[in-house]
Amino acid sequence: MIRYVLNKFIFMLISLFALVTATFVLMNAVPGSPLREEKATTAQIQKNMEAYYGLDKPLVQQYGVYLEKLAHFDLGISMKQRFRSVNQTIAQSFGYSLRLGIVSMITSVLAGCALGIIAAMRHRKLLDNLAMILAVAGLAVPSMVMAPLLQYLFAVKIRAFPVTGLHGPLDYVLPAIALSSVSIAFIARLIRSTMIEVLSADFIKTAKAKGLPGHLIVWRHALRNSMLPVVTYLGYLTANVITGSVIIEQIFAIPGMGKFFVQCVIDRDYPLIMGTTIFYAILLLASRFLADIAYLFVDPRIRISAGRMGG
Amino acid sequence: MKTLLDVKDLSVSFGVYGGEVQAVRGISFAVTEGEAVAIVGESGSGKSVTAQAIMRLLAVPPGKIRGGSITFAGQDLLALPEKEMQKVRGRQIGMIFQDPMTSLNPTMTVGAQIMEGLVRHRRMSRAAAKKRAIELLATVGIPHAESRISQYPHHFSGGMRQRAMIAIALACSPALLIADEPTTALDVTIQAQILRLMKELQRQTRSSIILITHDLGIVADLCDRVIVMYAGQIVETGTKREIFRNPQHPYTKGLLRSLPRLNQAKDEPLVPIYGTPPDLIMPPPGCPFCSRCEEAMQICETDVPAFTRLSETQSVRCWLQHPQARPEECGGKGASA
Amino acid sequence: MPSELNLNADSDASPDRFRKIGRDPKRAERIARKSLSAWQDIRYRLFANKLALFGMYLMVAVVLFAIFAPLFSHYNYFSNDLDRTNQAPGFRHWFGTDDLGRDMYVRTWKGAQISLFVGVVAALIDLAIGIVYGGIMGYFGGKTDEIMNRIAEVLYAIPYLLVVILLLVVMPPSLTTIIVAMSITGWINMAWIVRGQIMQLKNEEYALASRALGAGPFRILFRHLIPNAMGPILVTLTLTVPGAMFTEAFLSFLGLGVQSPIASWGTMINDGVKAMTVYPWRLLFPALLLSLTMFAFNVFGDGLRDAFDPKLKK
Repeated sequence: MIRYVLNKFIFMLISLFALVTATFVLMNAVPGSPLREEKATTAQIQKNMEAYYGLDKPLVQQYGVYLEKLAHFDLGISMKQRFRSVNQTIAQSFGYSLRLGIVSMITSVLAGCALGIIAAMRHRKLLDNLAMILAVAGLAVPSMVMAPLLQYLFAVKIRAFPVTGLHGPLDYVLPAIALSSVSIAFIARLIRSTMIEVLSADFIKTAKAKGLPGHLIVWRHALRNSMLPVVTYLGYLTANVITGSVIIEQIFAIPGMGKFFVQCVIDRDYPLIMGTTIFYAILLLASRFLADIAYLFVDPRIRISAGRMGG
Repeated sequence: MKTLLDVKDLSVSFGVYGGEVQAVRGISFAVTEGEAVAIVGESGSGKSVTAQAIMRLLAVPPGKIRGGSITFAGQDLLALPEKEMQKVRGRQIGMIFQDPMTSLNPTMTVGAQIMEGLVRHRRMSRAAAKKRAIELLATVGIPHAESRISQYPHHFSGGMRQRAMIAIALACSPALLIADEPTTALDVTIQAQILRLMKELQRQTRSSIILITHDLGIVADLCDRVIVMYAGQIVETGTKREIFRNPQHPYTKGLLRSLPRLNQAKDEPLVPIYGTPPDLIMPPPGCPFCSRCEEAMQICETDVPAFTRLSETQSVRCWLQHPQARPEECGGKGASA
Repeated sequence: MPSELNLNADSDASPDRFRKIGRDPKRAERIARKSLSAWQDIRYRLFANKLALFGMYLMVAVVLFAIFAPLFSHYNYFSNDLDRTNQAPGFRHWFGTDDLGRDMYVRTWKGAQISLFVGVVAALIDLAIGIVYGGIMGYFGGKTDEIMNRIAEVLYAIPYLLVVILLLVVMPPSLTTIIVAMSITGWINMAWIVRGQIMQLKNEEYALASRALGAGPFRILFRHLIPNAMGPILVTLTLTVPGAMFTEAFLSFLGLGVQSPIASWGTMINDGVKAMTVYPWRLLFPALLLSLTMFAFNVFGDGLRDAFDPKLKK
C-alpha cells in the first residue's frame, strides 16, 4: 500500500518536472527577447530590464534559477502587468475559480451518479433511453455552446438569473451548469455501463440468492463497485473543470483564473503563462494523485491495473 | 416422505437475436424432504437454468419461463410476488454458485456478507448476527473464524471462499440447498473436502440438496437420486444404484463410459461421446441425442420418445425401450423384417 | 417422480421405423442455424441500432454539405459586404450575415471543413503513431513494453490542453500547428488500446503458427494482429474525432486557432457570443452545427462499440 502511494507520488513529480522543463524550453524557444516588442525603451533600459528578469544570463543558469524559485513556490514576475508577481495575480483570481470549480464538481458527481444509477436500474427501459440520449447530448454540446445558450435563455430572455458576474449564490447557477454538463454526461455514462456490468456479476446473484431486496442490492453491493471508475475519473474531472472554466469565465465575465489565463495568452506575457501553466499542472497532478489515494479506500484490493482509465 | 419441491413441466427459454433458445423443455421432477438429488448433464443441457428458475434468478428478459409450475413447501414459486419470493430466497432455499472467486463481493468483508441474510430474515441484531456468522464460519471449517470474519474475499483461497459461500447459503438453515457446480472451479483435492463438508452439513441439518454437476463422479458420494439431463430434457432418472449399475439411456451409458474407474481393466479405453449437442434454437423433432447415438433408429429422428417406467424409481426416455426395438435381438439392420 | 407418459406404441410405429441407423454427425449439422460471418454480424447489429444509424446519416450529411455547400453558393467566406452587415437569415443569406456582411451559410460550412479536417487528420495521426507504438509495446512485451509504457504514462499525465496552449503560444498560429500540438499527447490512448489488443491476440494460434513458419515480427504484427484488432481501433478512431473537433473549436474560441478571415466554428461562436443579445443567429448556426457534428460522431462511435462488443448490450 505504501509502495502504491509512493509510486504514484514519484510519478506525479516526474510528470511535473517534465512539464516544467518543457514549459521552460518552449518559452525560451521563442525567437527574440520577449521584451523587445515593448516600445519606447532605450538600450540601457532594455539591458536593465533583461538583468531584472535574469535574461542576460546563459540559459542553463536561467533554468537553474527558475527551478530554484519554483521550489520556493515563486512563479516569477509578470512582464506586462506592472511588475506584479505571478503569485499575487493567481492569489487574486484563484478564489473565484476555486469556488465555481468546487460547486460544479459536486454538481457533476451528484447529478452524474443519479442519472447513471437510474439508467442502469431501468436498463433498456424508457427512462434509461431518455437518460442516455440526454447524456450523449450533454457530451456533444461543448461548454462554449452550453454557456451562451444558458445565458441567452435564462438570463437574456427569461431574466431568471444575472447575465454575468459572480457575487451572490444565484450567480453560480448558470456557470456551474455550463461547466458541469459535459462531466455529468460522462459520469452518468460511466456509472451506467459499469453498473450494468456489476449488476450481472456473480456476487450480485449471491446477494439475490440471499433474499435481499432490490434497493439493498444496489446500494450495498452494486454501487460501491460501480464507483471505482468514477473515483479514477475525479482526477480528470479537475482537468475538465479547468478547461471549461477558461471558456465559462470568459463568457460570464468572472474575474477568475481562466479569464486571466486567456488574457495573458493573448498578451503573450510569457512569465505569466509559464506561471499559470505550472500552477494548473500542479493542481491537476495533485488532484489525480488524490484520486489515486481515494481509490485505496474504495477498493480494498488496490487493483492498480484499473487505475488507468481513458479520460 | 413429504415432497418439498415439485417441478412440473417446466419450460424456460432465452430470447436471442435470431430466435429463442429453448434451454429447458418441459421437465418434471420432485425432491422429498432430506433427500439429495443430483442433476447431471453437460454444459448447455439446461441444468443451471433449472436451478435459477427455481430461485427465480433468471434475468427476464432475455430469460422467460414459458410454462409449468414450481411448487415449494406448498407455495407456487412462479406465482409468488417478488417481495414474497425474497422471503423464500436465502431463508427457505439457499444457493451455492460455481465460481467462488467471483461469487463474493470484493468490496465487502466476508463477515458482512454472511450477516446480511441473518439480519434480513432472522431480524437479528448486528452483534447477534456477527456471533452467528463466526459460528457458521467455524462450522464450515475455517480456522480462526473470529479474525477471518473481518477480512475481504481476496484474503481467502478458492476453497475457503467456497466454504464461506456455503456459510452464506446455510446461514438461515434453509430447507433446500441448491449447489450449482459447487466444485467445478476448485482443485481436485479441495473438491473432495467441499463435498465431504456438504455431506456432513446435510446429515446435521437434514436439509434437502439439489446438486447440479456435469461430473457423474462426484455424484456417487453425496446423492441418493440422479436426474440426467440432455438438451433441455430429462432423459433418465433413477436412484444412484440404478443409474450406476443399470443405466438404460445411451447418453447415461456414454457418460459412465467416459468416466475413469478404479476397477477398470488396463486395456479398456475411456470412450468419449462423439459429436455436439443440438442447437436449441431449433431443436430436432425427434430425440435430441439421436445424432450422437450409436444405437439410433429411424424413429429417433422423427419422434420424441416418452418415458418408460422401469422400476418404482427409474424411468428412461428412449425408443430402445419400445417393445418393437430390441437392439440385442435385431442386430444388423432390417433383421426384424 | 417424473410425470408418467404413455408409451405411444400405436399403430403407425411400423417395424421399419425401428431400423437402426446409428450415429451420424451430419444429421446434427443439417439442422444447424445459418451462421453469419463476423462482419455481417457487426453490420447487422450496427444497423439495428437506430440512434447509431441516425448518427451515421448525420455525419454523411455534414461531410457532404461541408464539401459542396461552399461550392454551390453565390457567396464566398471572406468577402465583406459592409452594406449588409448583421442581416437576419432570409432568402438572400440563408443563415444571415456577420458584422462584416460575410455570408454565414458559407462560413458555417467552411467552418465545418476546418473542423472535420482537423478532427479526421488528428485522429489519423493518432492512429498511425498509436498503432506503431502500441503494436511494439504489445508485441514485444517485457522490458520494451515497460519502458515505453512508462514514457507514455508520463506524457499522459501532463495536462493535454496546457501543452497545446503552450505550443500555440510559441508557434505561429495555423492549422498545422493545431494538429501537431494535438498529436503530441493525443496518440497515447490509441497506443494503449492497440497494446491491449495485441497482447491478447499474439498468443492466438494463427499468430503462433505464422511465427512457427518463420514470419518476422513486423509481418506478424501488421499482417495478422493489427487487422484482427480493427474493431476497438475503429471505435477509438471514431470517438477521437469529436474530441479533436472540440479542441480546435476551443483554441479558435480563445483566438489561438485559425485566424480570420478563415472561418472556424470556434471563432464564429466567440464572435456570436458577443453579438448574441442582438443577433442571436450569429451564434446559433455555428453552435448548432458543432454540437450536431459532435453528437453524430459520438453516437456512431457508441453504436460501433456496441456492435463490436455485443456483450455490453445484454
